[in-house]
Amino acid sequence: MNKLEAEDIYYLMVLGRAFEYAAKENYMKGNISGFLHLDIGQEGFSVAAIKAFEKGDIFSTYREHIMAMARDIETKAIMAELFGKQTGVSGGKGGSMHLFEPSRFFYGGDAIVGGHIPNAVGCAYARALQGNEDGVMVIFGDGATNGGAFFESLNIAATHKLPLLFLCENNEYAIGTNIKRAAPFREQAKKAEPYMLTYTVDGMDAKAVYETVRKAQIQIQEGHGPVFVEAFTCRYEGHSVSDSNAYRSPQEMNHCKVKDPLEKFKKELQEKWLCSEREIKSIEAKAQKAVDEAVEYAENSPEPELDALFENVFYEERKNVVS
Amino acid sequence: MLYREALNKALDEVMNADDTVVTLGEDVGLYGGSFRVTEGLVEKYGEKRVIDTPIAELSIVGNAVGMAIGGLRPVAEIMTGNFSLLAFDQIINHMAKLRYMSNGKITLPMVVRFPQGVSRQLAAQHSESYEQMLSAVPGLRVLSVSDVNYAYHALKYAVLSDDPVIFIEHELLYNKKGEVNFSQNLDPFKARIAKEGSDITIVSYLKMVDDVMLAVPEIEKELGCSCEVIDLCSLNPVDYESLKHSIEKTSRLVMVEEDHKTGGYGAQIVSWAAEEMFYTLDAPPLRLAGEDVPIPYNRSLELASIPTPESITRDIVTWGKKNDV
Repeated sequence: MNKLEAEDIYYLMVLGRAFEYAAKENYMKGNISGFLHLDIGQEGFSVAAIKAFEKGDIFSTYREHIMAMARDIETKAIMAELFGKQTGVSGGKGGSMHLFEPSRFFYGGDAIVGGHIPNAVGCAYARALQGNEDGVMVIFGDGATNGGAFFESLNIAATHKLPLLFLCENNEYAIGTNIKRAAPFREQAKKAEPYMLTYTVDGMDAKAVYETVRKAQIQIQEGHGPVFVEAFTCRYEGHSVSDSNAYRSPQEMNHCKVKDPLEKFKKELQEKWLCSEREIKSIEAKAQKAVDEAVEYAENSPEPELDALFENVFYEERKNVVS
Repeated sequence: MLYREALNKALDEVMNADDTVVTLGEDVGLYGGSFRVTEGLVEKYGEKRVIDTPIAELSIVGNAVGMAIGGLRPVAEIMTGNFSLLAFDQIINHMAKLRYMSNGKITLPMVVRFPQGVSRQLAAQHSESYEQMLSAVPGLRVLSVSDVNYAYHALKYAVLSDDPVIFIEHELLYNKKGEVNFSQNLDPFKARIAKEGSDITIVSYLKMVDDVMLAVPEIEKELGCSCEVIDLCSLNPVDYESLKHSIEKTSRLVMVEEDHKTGGYGAQIVSWAAEEMFYTLDAPPLRLAGEDVPIPYNRSLELASIPTPESITRDIVTWGKKNDV
């Protein structure tokens, strides 16, 4: 990571946090509806992991706004999608949970916990067959590691030595159920140990996440087969905006928020890369401006045409009557 | 050529012509396929393209979805229909929806092959039919093959199509003999007129088409009438146009299917006829379907649970006499 890359990561983290707060505000105003899963507290993880996985396909979950931004998908198109507008990433048909951009090799947006992991395995199989060495990264939470799709995927990826990076974001909560009540141990990497190389990392430390994911991708590119990385994070908000987060005490939340990823990475910028206060303020202002513009763009964008209802059900559109 | 050989020939041809076509499933490779549909393919195309999978149906379909995203054309085989239930999250939430949720950015050129139906005393967990559920899912094309020629052409079409296709086969059809017209340009979504007639339109699909054809001579003799038999071939979309033409000629509709009657596939056809053809019909439609029971092991009970040529004859003749056919 050089200074420019570090500044970019910080910019995306600030952008992500400002985006999530703006999304929350617009949810309260009624501009955004449905389920809205905020990534506040986990920005360092989301940005650094995507940036470190330089090329290759990425499959992620419903908590993916910031990851999409880190994959260079336009902030305003993401906000417009949350608003359900025609100009959204998915034309207003997907919403917050379904952001996809194949031109950026980003298949964000799966809202079935663990359901996208077998898709990533299949994509990794395709890449191996095609001789593509970049590999595939699949991101999921600790909750997904208790389901069958996850275990089937470990088994198949290891059997075929697929170029697949399993990246687990362990924030200890499956909606409101603590990992201690859903699994026999806190470190989910233990589940992958019999199958592949595993690493654990502090997910609140963007630099550490970046370095670990980078190392893992290089190992995959060198032909070591799948690698498992687990990052421990803290989700500041409820599971979604409609979750009041009542199952975590104020003490637990305070403890969890001590290592704020933005504060930590700002120090890195100041101490290692000698960024001045002015440079940092300028990055922060640029991020806030981008979010304000994204909200304005989303507000002013048109609703989808009603004809869109029937579009893209199939590639080859046919009426249900053949003449 | 046998039905399974026609499917094998179709797969062989598309795999030979296009390197991106792969097939995956339990025992499709070294074993040759549990119904021998994939026989010989692994020797020709290797284990990388003819992929033996673990017994993990969720992954068979889930991996196929990812392969399609990654630029391949996967043909997944589910060993038997009932096992597909383990893959329904992938079939319904992923295979059917990714295109729409991404507003067309994701295209899934993939096929899930699906042997199903009452075979011979395989009992409740190896005998059921799921076309009613699958054809009710927007985003899936559902083809149901009963004819050998159709099996060849429709499977080739399905593999080369850029839409996700559920390709339903019936386990008792694999050894059916028929001719394949290799040069035919066949529309897989068009219904097939299995027999022309003028007084009763009998609609069916998969193995029940053959059972209806066995019943027809006796029905025609008993009722002194002529039956038209339509093989739907495609369950989604439905060729309503062909049904309409036939019913306008005969004014009578009988639907014959093997799945359970409640919520069964034929309910859609009869409901369509009630809405669209009510004033054309001279008799209430008749629906013959499987009983609302799990499929039993005992042969007599098993045969009593689904329509057979004998029960089809009996029920249509009774209905015909009651309704002045």
